[in-house]
Amino acid sequence: MFSNIDWDVIVRSLPYLFFDGMRFTVILTLLATAGGIVIGTLLALMRLSGIPALALLAGAYVNLIRSMPLVLVIFWFYFLVPYIGQWATGAERPIQVGAFWSVLVTFTLFEAAYFCEIMRAGIQSISHGQAQAAQALGMTYPTAMGYIILPQAFRNMVPVLLTQTIILFQDTSLVYVISVTDFLGAASKIAQRDGRLVEMYLFAAIVYFAISLAASHFVRRLQHRIAIIR
Amino acid sequence: MSYNWNWGIFFQLSPDGTYTYWQLLLFGTGWTLATALSAWTIALIMGSFIGVLRTTPSPWLVRLGNAYVELFRNIPLLVQMFLWYFVLPEVVPAAIGDWLKQLSNASFYNAVICLGLYTSARVAEQVKAGILSLRSGQRMAGLAVGLTLPQTYRFVLLPMAFRIILPPLSSEFLNIIKNSSVALTIGLIELTAAARSMQEFSFQVFEAFTGATIIYIVINVVVVSGMQLLERRVAVPGFIGRSPPAAGH
Repeated sequence: MFSNIDWDVIVRSLPYLFFDGMRFTVILTLLATAGGIVIGTLLALMRLSGIPALALLAGAYVNLIRSMPLVLVIFWFYFLVPYIGQWATGAERPIQVGAFWSVLVTFTLFEAAYFCEIMRAGIQSISHGQAQAAQALGMTYPTAMGYIILPQAFRNMVPVLLTQTIILFQDTSLVYVISVTDFLGAASKIAQRDGRLVEMYLFAAIVYFAISLAASHFVRRLQHRIAIIR
Repeated sequence: MSYNWNWGIFFQLSPDGTYTYWQLLLFGTGWTLATALSAWTIALIMGSFIGVLRTTPSPWLVRLGNAYVELFRNIPLLVQMFLWYFVLPEVVPAAIGDWLKQLSNASFYNAVICLGLYTSARVAEQVKAGILSLRSGQRMAGLAVGLTLPQTYRFVLLPMAFRIILPPLSSEFLNIIKNSSVALTIGLIELTAAARSMQEFSFQVFEAFTGATIIYIVINVVVVSGMQLLERRVAVPGFIGRSPPAAGH
């Protein structure tokens, strides 16, 4: 037990783990969060638009994505994105996209469904009187949304959005299934090359744990600070 | 699109020579459900226990419960899978480690335990929220009429708390079914893995994944309607379960 543990393998691979692996993980998390919130907000607006066709379309998309496991969605897009690229550019054959773009599209579109539900709850948490007041002042729908409703909805939902981002950060480890080198992928490559599964997986667990724990404590403190007293 | 659709592929024989492709997907569905249901048992039992610990008057028990939840919530599920499957047999005494490695269906047992404990932390969070959402007068009243603390939980607090948290619990149950797909990384041939191997053998990518997607949707619909039925059966008039917006997947 722990007799032939070689902690040095971690020290030796630190640059690879963090400059290749963790950088990929962090960039993917941030871009997918940004894209997911934008598309998710648009989906939420569609669901709440009162136009049956738009609401139905967005609702169907969100429910479809939310009933599928992320692993399956990753596989879907891994094979689908080249065809989408071909269709979008009108090329002769499916376009080879890099692993990064493939998983970025996957996570953005997957998380959009979850961010949509969060933003929908956020928008619905704003009292109806505000929308009516905006309308009474002569504001158009985009103006009212952009200046009155959405800023408050965002503020109410910041803690939940950030918590979802922490979950997304952990979920990005699933890109392992299509052999992309994120932080876990890098750890796993070293582990298999040097036969050091115990050290590398324990270290990966500790790093994910430390980052997620620190982030969730930050979110909790933020929640107390920005809570609006009503 | 330059893709050759062939929906008849489901009825063709798979390379194992005995079963057709749709039967393979069916076996995968069986493993998905078996894994999810077994893990759910662990998650409910451990989750209720830890959730109760976190609401007891003892600060040390609360701390213990909090530590448990933080541990299982802040490590990605995939990393936890690897810890159970690859790391555990190496760090226990050699005899036990060898026994673990030679176990038949090892990936199934690993997946069940890992998924069960992972989900138990999330269930514990809901159970705690459910108990705390009750008025503190309920606990006091229970104690005042002479019930012991465990009795107060058993007869007063938990019956109400579980009714309140039924909606978030049913979404945790949906999550455990979806999350069982992560077990494909340790070699469990559940539904997603079955679709993946069908794709590899037959080269019919989109048919295979469409098949799996439809099965997941059907499972989803069945679970959601079953849970709604249950909610209506156990509802106490005047108390309506509502789930606040929460992050999840």
